[in-house]
This record gives sequence, structure tokens and C-alpha cells, in this order.
Amino acid sequence: MANSETNQNDLAVRGESEFLPDGWELICGLEVHTELKTRTKLFCGCANVFGAQANTNVCPTCLGLPGSLPVLNEKALEIAAMIGLALSARVQASIFHRKNYFYPDMPKDFQISQYDIPLNADGHLMLPSGKRIGIERAHVEEDTGKITHLGGTSGRIHGAERALIDYNRSGVPLVEIVSRPDIASPEEAREYVSELRSTLVAIGASDGKMEEGSLRVDANVSVRPIGETPFRTRCEIKNLNSLRSLVRAITFEAHRQVAAYLAGEKVTQQTRHWDESVGRTVALRNKEEAEDYRYFPEPDLVPLRPSEEWIEGLRSQLGELPKERRARLVESLGLTETNDQIETAISVELYPFVRPALAAGLDPKITVARCANELASLAPLDDGFEISWFIELLKMEIEGKVSATQAKSILAEVAKNLIPPRVAQERLGLSQLTDDQLTKTINEAISQNPKEWERFRTGEAQLQGFFVGKIMKATSGKADGKAVVRILLALAEQR
Amino acid sequence: MEIFGFRISDMSSRISPKEVAHVAMLARLSLTDEEAELYASQLSSVLDHASDIESLDIHDLEVTAHPLGLVNRTRSDSVVSGLSQAEALSQAPDEAQGMFSVPPVLGEPS
Repeated sequence: MANSETNQNDLAVRGESEFLPDGWELICGLEVHTELKTRTKLFCGCANVFGAQANTNVCPTCLGLPGSLPVLNEKALEIAAMIGLALSARVQASIFHRKNYFYPDMPKDFQISQYDIPLNADGHLMLPSGKRIGIERAHVEEDTGKITHLGGTSGRIHGAERALIDYNRSGVPLVEIVSRPDIASPEEAREYVSELRSTLVAIGASDGKMEEGSLRVDANVSVRPIGETPFRTRCEIKNLNSLRSLVRAITFEAHRQVAAYLAGEKVTQQTRHWDESVGRTVALRNKEEAEDYRYFPEPDLVPLRPSEEWIEGLRSQLGELPKERRARLVESLGLTETNDQIETAISVELYPFVRPALAAGLDPKITVARCANELASLAPLDDGFEISWFIELLKMEIEGKVSATQAKSILAEVAKNLIPPRVAQERLGLSQLTDDQLTKTINEAISQNPKEWERFRTGEAQLQGFFVGKIMKATSGKADGKAVVRILLALAEQR
Repeated sequence: MEIFGFRISDMSSRISPKEVAHVAMLARLSLTDEEAELYASQLSSVLDHASDIESLDIHDLEVTAHPLGLVNRTRSDSVVSGLSQAEALSQAPDEAQGMFSVPPVLGEPS
């Protein structure tokens, strides 16, 4: 399945994964399920919301009652195709299949999914590190209900246990994004999920909340001696609820498999459960083969045949993806690669502030720094915090009307009380000192420190900091450092 | 052609009791050996009938994924009220805490 170009690229990078014993390499592919941000479920009009009272967002369709029929949610289809476009995939004609299995999380005893012809195929995601991770497919399917296991855990009271089912989640729209086995280290897996999550959030497809289960990751892990060509048996790891779990689970599982091979044992193809509390994966069940799901075309849904116009319409709604935001900031700052400040500034919360500030021609360095440091520390920002206030404050700082220190205090006040920066400035008593006022303070400092002034005037430039410090102290930090220096230099010329 | 996901390439090869036992396991049905033999022979005759269809000349026909010929049928993303919790649970043999209560599921972590 994997194209040869991708594979060669991988081999070069795989050699660098050094967390395994010498001579072994990791081969990992991820399946990421993302719930889509729609108002309603995939095939019925029930509300798609998290945290409602059990079994209150249900209807005959999502309960699988006889006589009910599914009808596809137009918005879910649009979002699913936008995910494909954001991943540079081919959005193609597709059909739905029934995936049959017996487990009470699906009341129909099958899940409507896509099988051999998914909506999106053959995409890729570029990681900030420059690594390209192939995407095999991104298909549409319905989520399952949620099961709570009740009762004792000891074998003796097995009879007392019950499984309780809430079908509110049954039928919620999902897109499953299946990567190629291009991931060569646990850290790369983290980077992939992180970039994928930012991309999904940026296009409005998902809220990206792993802790609420709206983004779920399964990892397919196998190992092989470096230089061996065929893949060895893989295990699928479930229950990865955080990026931390993802990294720990892949690390553990790869080591477990290498240890098994070194001990002369075999690795069995199975589904394994990550137990975060003890830091290990445990066997869940031997993996069912695709034929065990008895896939067949869903007779109640007609095929999808996306038109070019429809696809291009969606492409135009994509907006700026994280990779494009990153590239813009790297270029604006005159850098060659990204850094922590840029990664923070391109987040979904902060980028709406960065983009218009840059568009207004403000200094990129100050803009990104204020976003990534001060604004980020104030997050989550209230909805009432206006982007124009941030831009106005940046202008005040860049034009020297307030000092950097003052700008930070004003920003905190703006965020706290949701008031424009000029109002915050007045409230804090941080109104800018005029040149006259500054000159007066500077002259006082000069008369109190005549020897230092003489040395500065006759060329000892390092004393500039001494005087700026004195003035800052005298004005309680209200003075603009740049203005102080300007006046100091002018006075030194005169005398 | 495919029957329940099983690729049947040669219609003269009948479905074996072993395959019947596997499908029965997937469907959570317990069959005796005699029943498996019986169903193997009955299912084989169903497959034989399907093979009659394979003998038809269909090279002129366009491949279809659905008999209706319709595509892209969607509904708008607007909420329609469904069932109340009491209505949803009204057919359940057992319930607890507003949820459907079923026997524990084997082989899954609690």
C-alpha cells in the first residue's frame, strides 16, 4: 500500500530512532478518531453534545429501532471532506458499509462506516520537524455508545456485574484518519498527533479534546531488525487518552516486542489496552480479521459523488492551516525554522490576534513575543476581549508611548476588566510622561550624580544603563526607556 | 463474489463445516457438529444458486453501488427532538441510572 517514495524517506529517518536496543527499529501507524463539531448526529437529528443526561439525545435511528432509516448529515460530510483537503488527500466518490460485530455499544449490531472506498484517500501531513507522514485514508463513520462497567472487579462476584449503556454518543459523526506506518519514534507519534489536532481545530472540524474523548488515538506498533524489509506482526494499542499516554505506551510496547523476539518468543497479533496507572499494555483480545466484520454495502444510504465545485467551495473555506501559519511567522521573523514562541502563537486561541496585527504592519517580533508570552499567560481569554485592543496596545508600545513593562501591566488589566488599553493605562496611572517631565527628572538625576554624569558625557557609554535605572526608579517604571536614552544623549551633546 | 465478506472464487468448492463454525462464532451462535454439517450443506446450495447469477453475461452493464441510482442525499444539520429517556428505556429488559443495563461483556476491561 505504502508508496516507495515514502518508504525510502522513512528508512533514512528511522535510523535515527535510538530509544530501542541497537539494531532494532520501530514501525508505527496511528488511527486517529475525531468527533466532528456538528449540531446533530451523523444519520439523525439528535443533538451532538457532550455531557448530557444519559439516553436523552436518542431517537429510533440511533437506537437502531426497526423501521428507522439513516439520512446523512450535510455538515458532517462537508467537515469530513475539509479534513481530507487539509491533509492533501484525494476527495473521491465513496459509499458506506456496515461493519458487523456483537458488542452492546452499537444497538444495531453493526456500525455504519466506510470500507474499501473511503471519502478521502492518499494524503499526508508535514510535521514541524520536516518529516512527512503519509495518510492512507480518512473515512466517515458513526461513533458508538458509551459503556460503564458496574459492580465488583473480583472474579468471585462476576454475577453481580452489569454493563450500563448510554447511547447519547451512538451515531455522533466521526472521521477516522489512518496514517501509513511512517512513524519512527514515540516522539514523532506525539508530534504527529499534536500537528493533526492543531489542523483539525484550525479548520473547525473538532474541538480536539483528548480528555473528553473527542479525539481518540489507537497505535499500531511493530518492531523489526534494521535492514529487514517485511513488516513483522503488529499490535494495536487502545486507550491512549493523552499525548503522554501515547508516548509512554508506544515506548513500552516496542520494548516489549523487542524483548519477546530476543527471548526467542513470537509476538501475537492482538489488541492491547494501555493501563496508564501501571505503565504497561495488556492483551485485550486477539485481533479480528477484516472478514470477521462481514462488511457489506449499507443498503439504506446512497453513494456519495462529490462534484468539483463542491470540493473547491470547501477548499476555499479552509483558511490558514497550522503549517501555513508557521511558515508565515518563520518568514516574518526572518528565521529558518520554528521555535516555541511561534508554536504558541499559531494556536487556535492566539493566532486570531497575531494575524490582524501582522496585517496591520506591526513589528512581527514584538507581536509574536507579546502573544506567545503575555497573552498566552492570560489564556483562556474572555470572549469579550477584543482583538483591536491588543493591536492598539501593540501600537502604543511600538510607538514608544508606553514601555514594554507598562504594556505588560496594561495587557493584564485589559484582560482582567475587559476595557480598552487607554482606559487601563489611566486606571493604572501609567499615563506617558511628557518629554518635559522626563527632562526634569533626568536633570535631577544628573545633579545628584555629577561624577557619573561627567564620565558618561566624556564617553563612558556603559553609564547609560546607570542613568536609565535611576530614571526608571524615580518614575516607578513609568518612563519609556527609549525616550530616556534619547533625552540623555541630547543633554550630553549640549553640555 | 463475496458472501458475508467471504470471497467465494470457486463455486464448486462448498463451504466447509469449519467455515460454518467460524461464522457461528462471530454471530455468537453455538452449533453442534451435526448442525454445522447440516448448515454447511444448506449454505453450499445457497452459494450454488448465487453461482448461477455469476454465469450471466453482464459485461455490458455499468457497475452500480446502489439500485436507486441516486447520489448525495443529505439532510441539513438541524436538531430534531427524539425520544425522552423514559421512552428510550421503555423497551429495555433492564435499566439502571437512566441507562440500558446488560450482562457484563466478556473480554473487555472494566
